[in-house]
Amino acid sequence: MMLLFYLAAAVAVIATIGVIVQTNIVHALIYLILSLLAVAVIFYVLGAPLAAMLEAIVYAGAIMVLFLFVIMMLNLGQSTRQQERAWLAGRGWIVPALLAAVLLGQLLYVLSGVEGMSAAEQVGVMAVGTRLFGPYVLAVELASILLLAGLITAYHLARKPKAGDE
Amino acid sequence: MLDLIWLLPTFPLLGFLILALTEGKLARGPAGWIGAGSVGLSFAVAALVAVSFLQSGIESHTVPIWTWMSVAGFDPGVNLYLDGLSLVMILVITGVGFLIHVYSTGYMADDPDFSRFFCYMNLFVFAMLLLVLGDNLLLLYLGWEGVGLCSYLLIGFWYDDPYNGYAARKAFVVTRVGDTAMAIGLFLLFAQLGTLNIQEMLHAAEAEWPIGSTLPAITALLLLGGAVGKSAQLPLQTWLPDAMAGPTPISALIHAATMVTAGVYLIARTHTLFELAPDIQLLVAWVGLITLLMAGFTAMTQNDIKRILAYSTVSQIGYMFLGLGVGAWSGAIFHLMTHAFFKALLFLGAGAVILSLHHEQDIFRMGAKRKQLPVGFLCFLIGGLALTAFPYTSGYFSKDEILIAALEVEGQGLWLWLGGVIGAFFTGIYTFRLFFVVFFGESRGHHDAIEVKGLNIAVPLFILMALSLFGGWIPVPLDAVFSHGAEHEEHHISAFMHGVMIALPLIGIGISYLFYGSGTFSVEKLMSLPASRALHRFWDSGWGMDRLYDLLFVNPFLYLARVNAKDIVDAFYDMLAAISRAGHLLIVRTQTGYLRWYALSMAAGLVALIAVGVLL
Amino acid sequence: MGAIPVEHGLILAGILFSLGLIGVLTRRNIVFVLMSLEVMLNACGLAFIVAGSRWEQADGQIMFLLILTLAAAEVAVGLSLIIQMYRRFQTVDINVLSELKG
Repeated sequence: MMLLFYLAAAVAVIATIGVIVQTNIVHALIYLILSLLAVAVIFYVLGAPLAAMLEAIVYAGAIMVLFLFVIMMLNLGQSTRQQERAWLAGRGWIVPALLAAVLLGQLLYVLSGVEGMSAAEQVGVMAVGTRLFGPYVLAVELASILLLAGLITAYHLARKPKAGDE
Repeated sequence: MLDLIWLLPTFPLLGFLILALTEGKLARGPAGWIGAGSVGLSFAVAALVAVSFLQSGIESHTVPIWTWMSVAGFDPGVNLYLDGLSLVMILVITGVGFLIHVYSTGYMADDPDFSRFFCYMNLFVFAMLLLVLGDNLLLLYLGWEGVGLCSYLLIGFWYDDPYNGYAARKAFVVTRVGDTAMAIGLFLLFAQLGTLNIQEMLHAAEAEWPIGSTLPAITALLLLGGAVGKSAQLPLQTWLPDAMAGPTPISALIHAATMVTAGVYLIARTHTLFELAPDIQLLVAWVGLITLLMAGFTAMTQNDIKRILAYSTVSQIGYMFLGLGVGAWSGAIFHLMTHAFFKALLFLGAGAVILSLHHEQDIFRMGAKRKQLPVGFLCFLIGGLALTAFPYTSGYFSKDEILIAALEVEGQGLWLWLGGVIGAFFTGIYTFRLFFVVFFGESRGHHDAIEVKGLNIAVPLFILMALSLFGGWIPVPLDAVFSHGAEHEEHHISAFMHGVMIALPLIGIGISYLFYGSGTFSVEKLMSLPASRALHRFWDSGWGMDRLYDLLFVNPFLYLARVNAKDIVDAFYDMLAAISRAGHLLIVRTQTGYLRWYALSMAAGLVALIAVGVLL
Repeated sequence: MGAIPVEHGLILAGILFSLGLIGVLTRRNIVFVLMSLEVMLNACGLAFIVAGSRWEQADGQIMFLLILTLAAAEVAVGLSLIIQMYRRFQTVDINVLSELKG
């Protein structure tokens, strides 16, 4: 199990690096899906099967499909690769990388003293469900309102402008 | 009946509001009726109030109207206070004021701004009544500034001519100097005695302050500052001759009969304070004396009929101040009243003359007008006699009272008396110089002048003539107001001195006749002497006071204004603006519009925050 | 189930988060930026799951669920904004959108 965790972690990190350095957007998306699936494995290892399932279904499934659709709509194909490469060739890397390195260093420093092991038992769907609709019911309602708002906003923003708009 | 005094200021206020709100769209007829009628109604009420006040025999009566504000024990009310002093004042204001309003309906008949004129006049009467009826300093000050405003508006009534605007501003600014002193005095009184009510304040002052101590001296001096500003006394007298730029009825009402005497009223009202400060009271006398002499000299050299009368007014108010200074409180107020009669008569008569001669004001372009202008002639004869204190005219009684009281003053009494008598001598000269030059000799212009007709002009003149002649017999109910001060005793002076007092003005009239009436002495010959020419020029310029003030105050001020044209104080605020602008220019660089830049900034901020959290 | 040190899980989350941050800050193509944001959100979710696993509580997973909802809404709105942007500017370069320059 521990081996599985480190394997998945390695896959996740490598895939994520792939996301941020890929010039082909579809490849990058595939890398992202790979990373998400690796994280889903880690979830399972950590004893969170529901989270793992949702990660695979909603994240790697639904949301990424949404990305794919948009990429198709924008028709960002081979022609944009040269441009991506040109953009990545600049020195724009240095400052963000340094910043991220500092942030990571800080996180490592803070997290270095954390003790404890992950759960030996799984925290199952039932445990999550009862808590979700018990103490967290208000959060669920808010989340549903957020989704509704997102739905309406997305619908409104993405519609084709009618003649006479602006 | 006495409670009706709230109607007194109400009528002119209503008149003002009606005339102001109709914006001059009212026809002349109704506007004149409203303007004059409101003051007439006020006078009727004043007469009723006077009768019932005198019959009731009470000393004073207060009519509360409403409480202005009530904060932490500070509750100035709008209360009207009636006693002998304010009774005399309201009778003069509404009575003489009414006559002048009636006269104005004739005098201003052809003016395009007829309605505006009466609008201001009514506002003036309202403010003046508030000034004399107010029972607290706040109300008094309100009226005080109100009449100042109206004076400004009416001097500059014919605003087309820039000179009139200049004269109005001058009057306003010069009186403002005095008003500032007075305001400080009022603050001081309130701060020290804790009440705004005049009577309470005076009682408190009497109880708390010993005679001759510093505080009453300071407050009295500050109040005197306000009084000399309003009443055109030395050293703030320079505005009144220029104020003649206004229409003649204004000169009669505001700058002769009522407003300029407000200073006299103020000192009489607060006479307790002045009694507590004998030095300042003596100063009042000397201010009055010097002013009356200076103005008398200047009046002898002027050629403009209205300026002569203006200097004469300054001089006569000097007599009132002299009276106040020597403790002849009721004498001063008495002179205020008689002066209102005969000076209003003279001004209105001058107005009739000016109007008849197509707005000619130079007396040396008139001459021999007694046949053509019989009413004007009569006005100046009677008014002039009263002004020179001809025996048994109104001016005689009042001036007599003042001069006799002056003689009583210990130490300097003789000097004060002598100065006053010499002033009376000059009064005779300048008054009858005007009289002889205008009405006798040979005609020097306007040979075909026809006297203005109209009952609304003639009737007020005749009433004022009667008052000037017989006003001296009007009993003034002032004993109750001033009794607690100096005891009222019969004055005895030697027959010789009395003779001098009567004779000197008559000698003045005689000299005037020899120069200007019969021509026995030649003015030209006198003027040929260099010394007299220089003296003439000096007096003609009003003792060079205007030039002195220009030199001392106006020019340095203008210089400073020029130097400081780019306001030094602004530099500080400009600096603030420059700093914030520089800061803006600095920070605006961060506003690149690039999303990634913002994200980077946020991330850097996050890192910095965590760093702080980690390190601490 | 083999126990895994919580420390390692959290460090993994930190690494993923930092990588996502680099992506957000470096890429000029807005679609990549949005994808990197997903990585960052996912790293946050991982941290919650790790913590929930440490205490054997369901709350970690619930927080992950809420983050998931948030991500879904964010992606929907973000993608529709991208579409709108592409319609108006015919580009996905976010540097073009600098009209609010001070």
